[in-house]
Amino acid sequence: MDWMIVLAFISQMVRISVPYTLAAIGGTFSERGGVVNIALEGILLNGAFTCVLATHYTGNPWVGVLAAVAGGVATASVHAVVSITFKAEQIVSGLAINLLAMGATRFFLRIIFGSSSNSERIAGLPEWDVPVLGDIPVLSTIFSSPLILATIVIIFASQFVLFKTSFGLRLRSVGEHPEAADSLGVNVSRVRYAGVLLSGALAGLGGAWLAMDQHSFTDGMSSGRGYIALAAMIVGKWNPLGAAGACLMFGAAESLQMQLQGQDVPTQFIQMIPYVATVVVLAGFIGRSIPPAADGVPYEKERQ
Amino acid sequence: MSPPPKSGTDSPSIPFLKMEGISKQFALVKANDCANLDVNRGEIHALVGENGAGKSTLMRILYGLYRADSGRMYLDGDPVELRSPADAISLGIGMVHQHFMLVPPLSVTENVVLGSEPLRAGVVLDLKGAAERVKELSETFALAVDPDARVEELSVGAQQRVEIVKILFRGARLLILDEPTAVLTPQETESLFVILRRLKEQGKTIIFITHKLSEVMEISDSVTVMRHGKVVGDLKTAETNTEELATLMVGRKVLLEVEKGAPARGETVLELKDVHALGASKVPTLRGISLRVCSGEILGVAGVQGNGQTELVEVITGLRKPSSGSLRLLERDITGLSPREMLKLGVAHIPEDRLKRGLVPAFTVSENLILGSHFRPPFAGRLWLRREDIFENARSVLRRFDVRPQAPALPARSLSGGNQQKLIVGRELSRDPKLLVASQPTRGVDIGAIEFIHRNLIAQRDRGCAVLLVSADLSEILSLSDRIAVIYEGRIVGTVDSTQADEKKLGMMMMTGVLAKEDGNGAGES
Repeated sequence: MDWMIVLAFISQMVRISVPYTLAAIGGTFSERGGVVNIALEGILLNGAFTCVLATHYTGNPWVGVLAAVAGGVATASVHAVVSITFKAEQIVSGLAINLLAMGATRFFLRIIFGSSSNSERIAGLPEWDVPVLGDIPVLSTIFSSPLILATIVIIFASQFVLFKTSFGLRLRSVGEHPEAADSLGVNVSRVRYAGVLLSGALAGLGGAWLAMDQHSFTDGMSSGRGYIALAAMIVGKWNPLGAAGACLMFGAAESLQMQLQGQDVPTQFIQMIPYVATVVVLAGFIGRSIPPAADGVPYEKERQ
Repeated sequence: MSPPPKSGTDSPSIPFLKMEGISKQFALVKANDCANLDVNRGEIHALVGENGAGKSTLMRILYGLYRADSGRMYLDGDPVELRSPADAISLGIGMVHQHFMLVPPLSVTENVVLGSEPLRAGVVLDLKGAAERVKELSETFALAVDPDARVEELSVGAQQRVEIVKILFRGARLLILDEPTAVLTPQETESLFVILRRLKEQGKTIIFITHKLSEVMEISDSVTVMRHGKVVGDLKTAETNTEELATLMVGRKVLLEVEKGAPARGETVLELKDVHALGASKVPTLRGISLRVCSGEILGVAGVQGNGQTELVEVITGLRKPSSGSLRLLERDITGLSPREMLKLGVAHIPEDRLKRGLVPAFTVSENLILGSHFRPPFAGRLWLRREDIFENARSVLRRFDVRPQAPALPARSLSGGNQQKLIVGRELSRDPKLLVASQPTRGVDIGAIEFIHRNLIAQRDRGCAVLLVSADLSEILSLSDRIAVIYEGRIVGTVDSTQADEKKLGMMMMTGVLAKEDGNGAGES
């Protein structure tokens, strides 16, 4: 039935876009505060790995989720120290973290699970039975997933935090004009730290989704999602809602690619769809997307 | 003339603010050297001095941005210690910085509340309530600020008023304004003064930093003069005059009036005929400009800002292509030539924004001094730049144009505004130009540098150069120009001989675009 195909497509699109969305909103918090965070890729990977590790040892997937968040925050804190306290080049710090995460997860995968490709299977999160929403055919798989529900809450909560709370106002101001914030008694470093650590927590949660979705860790399983998330953040104009919308679009493109597999068109072309979509959207569809003015610029307090 | 470098003893009450023996040493300079400052409640107190005299440092110490090495401060007779701006704010001290501390994409209200946000239910920003308060303050002090506007859409004058609201919102009793008029047009300055008087009536105390002495005389009740980090004079405005203040500031007699002889007008150097051009937002901004500048004369272009002055300068220097009309330089058609070709033909340009078009701030002084000549000998060899020649050039220009410090390897960014401007003037004048286009050549620089730049412009004229001077400062136009062209809505509405012009007459033409009736004789360049 056509109708079922559409629902299946939607369901797949949402599932694909979950890790994108979490990482993209994470990136939004970091960059709104003025710290470029391309370490999202490495944070996703580390988050997925710590999730699998904790679940493997405790047998409790919820502990795994917490561990993913903690792993994400820990990874992000490295980026924060390097780029906020030591005012180093943020792109280089991010790249280094990504390379380190790739190497470290592969290394520990080998040591702990004795495999160079994947971990043992872990228990997944329980499925929730949500009233009303859970009764919709096919889509019920979306609303039974705790992480998807959490992501939906996070999208709206982030939008609220960024634009309706004093933390959000301070974060936006230190990303645009840190001198101004400083002159009003706002602690620029502290607010920037909060933004970067928050991005670590969110991207770490995205890593937990990757691990839970596959019930295991596979080597390099983030496979560029952190970078796609950065693109989504830009397409979404550094707004959580916008980023989520962009992630859904990328999710749709990827889902389309999967549905079209096995047709007459050469697979190479079909596999290009998500990336072509990214380029097309970035190049023209969204109009001008202006980054925060102090994005990527370390703040020097005593500059004369 | 020997004012005591101490506070006056005629006021028996305790001063509202007392700063005593403040010293502050930076790496190389002693920015404040045992400086004293007494400010009485409810007065407008001017703090004057040349760039680098230590005014801003003293005020930053008062605002808690810097910590003094030694000295004491008293507010209302009580000793205070300021560790951060937050401390100063809580004591009712507020500061409008020279470079505005506003976040451009945020709304006025968001900017105002930043750092002391009112909350509803403990978490939600109460922007609505804050907007009400902004409106209220705006009405009380005649600030005309729209709480919902985005700061990036506001004019400079309006942004400054937002800064004032920001301070008042925090309950400031003492307002520090760091060179507030440096960025304002004369009209905006007038309305700022209206606001300052209003604030004073309401019992606020104001410290007003400036180096424009006419403003000191107009607005302040008392004056403190600083030079080289020291306080060298503390006077009542009513008991002093600009000459005395200028002498105190510079440490020697200064000529406030420019001395110049009659012009020796020669051949026509630059001629514009019916030039049209689009402005930044693609609207027609120049709408039929015709003018002529001869060798050995200074033609001043006067006008309210935004009537096409910027575009006129850009067209003449090749930065903007005219959409129609023609430009001739020494009988040669130069319409539509590139900036480099213009430069080669002998057009020198002192741009209105020294950091945007005049200098590459991160480059060294010596590198900045060869911009525009960097591609030809003696600075460029076949493959490499010639360091020795570049340094030698820098040393000689720095000496000749008295740029301080005389350090060719220093980044241009670290010079004071006045010295940056002298650097540009030095570079442009050392080309020995045939036509000099000077746009706002003394904006935001101190009297010493103004005097120097003015003398150099006159010297160029006397050498036979044609000088086109564009300035928002009418007194500058009047004192330097030989003829004055008034620009209005992209047209020259009249040209008058400077001997027959005065501020009132020019002001009328600038505002209405109509030449005053009784002398139609000077009009009609076209």
